[in-house]
Amino acid sequence: MTLSIRTIALATAMTAALGAAHAHNAWLLPSTTVLSKPDTISVDAAISNDLFVANHAAMRLENLQITAPDGSAVKPESEAKLKHRSVFDVPVATPGTYRIAVVNGGASASWKDKATGQPKRARGTAESLAKDIPADAQDVVVTQSIGRIETFVTVGKPSVPKAIGQGLEMVSTAGALTDLAKGEKATFALQIDGQPAKDLEVTVTAGNTQYRDKLAEFKVKTDDKGQFSVTWPAAGMYWIDASTKDNKTTLPQAKERRLSYAATVEVMP
Amino acid sequence: MQVRYSLAAPALAALFGAPALAAGLAANIEVPRLNTSEYHRPYVAAWIERPDNSVAATVAVWYDVRTRTNNPEGEGTKWLKDLRQWWRRTGRDLEVPIDGVTGATKPAGKHQINLADAATAKLAPGAYKFVVEAAREVGGREVVTIPFQWPPAKADQQSASGSSELGEIKLELKP
Repeated sequence: MTLSIRTIALATAMTAALGAAHAHNAWLLPSTTVLSKPDTISVDAAISNDLFVANHAAMRLENLQITAPDGSAVKPESEAKLKHRSVFDVPVATPGTYRIAVVNGGASASWKDKATGQPKRARGTAESLAKDIPADAQDVVVTQSIGRIETFVTVGKPSVPKAIGQGLEMVSTAGALTDLAKGEKATFALQIDGQPAKDLEVTVTAGNTQYRDKLAEFKVKTDDKGQFSVTWPAAGMYWIDASTKDNKTTLPQAKERRLSYAATVEVMP
Repeated sequence: MQVRYSLAAPALAALFGAPALAAGLAANIEVPRLNTSEYHRPYVAAWIERPDNSVAATVAVWYDVRTRTNNPEGEGTKWLKDLRQWWRRTGRDLEVPIDGVTGATKPAGKHQINLADAATAKLAPGAYKFVVEAAREVGGREVVTIPFQWPPAKADQQSASGSSELGEIKLELKP
């Protein structure tokens, strides 16, 4: 089967525009995660290779969701999409832990056009795909995806953010998601749709990758309870990510669901 | 025995420059004199910790008690979290101001603090640590720890020194 130049270009363009999860890291970087008084914090959102240098693509903020400790939604302020990063302010006014997340869900399809025999692709929501795929398409493959990129900020005494229960998410098992310190061991749990995500590989990478020769990321597998532990070697911002796939799709044609999760946490000295 | 005691009390009072204590625990914290172009008085917290790092009592917290409402320069509680160890161990569970505990930042010099009798009465017997943490705006952070036994078997005085943000810390114990 030969791929036309146009199809390759289209596929490449779509991959670049999305900042494909496997090729680049998508991250949120808060100015701080611990506050003793209500204030406004600033968050960078970008897709890049270096953590946390915005040198590739700005993250789209259409699906930005900020949740206050009491579960209510918070509106970001002064959102701006710059060339290589998006930035927004979050007013954190009440005590507790805030969740700041970009949640991307969608579906992609590839098929063979019956008339021309050309491979075709489309991406979008379940509804838009239904219109894009012709009725006589052959070899239709539909994949769904849910991706969550998030970080946490606490004012005063930490609280436990309400679990999402959908897709891949991380919860703190002991202590808070913003209560991390160098030399201490933190234990987290990964869940898929609220259930423990067992035997899943998690990668933890310290920030400032541009200032060292080795990425020095550490990989750890979740246990039967979906838990994994990290003992922080140094203070700084860390990026935790994991991805997997299963077949719990909502689209009837979709055989596969891709789940991804990324979180930025701050480790204090 | 009685004669020795009555001599000791005024001697200690002369050392601290304060009235002799009835009983219990007192400390003297030195805020060092520093030569920097932009100097801000440090935020300081002093507390008593158990061996498992839980906090038995917060003895003193010095911070910028001004707030924007009563003073445009006031930062209030904004930088309390920079007293990182105190903040995580107990600070974020407390509501300041606390009568007899919190107060304004202090200038360079030696400052006496006393733990109220009501608080010392609540200290269960055992090993403790007296911890002082200082954080300075456009400056550093330092923690000084003095271990002690409670109740003290005899009148005792211990001291430790910081090297950058804290001077001499003296802990005085009276049975």
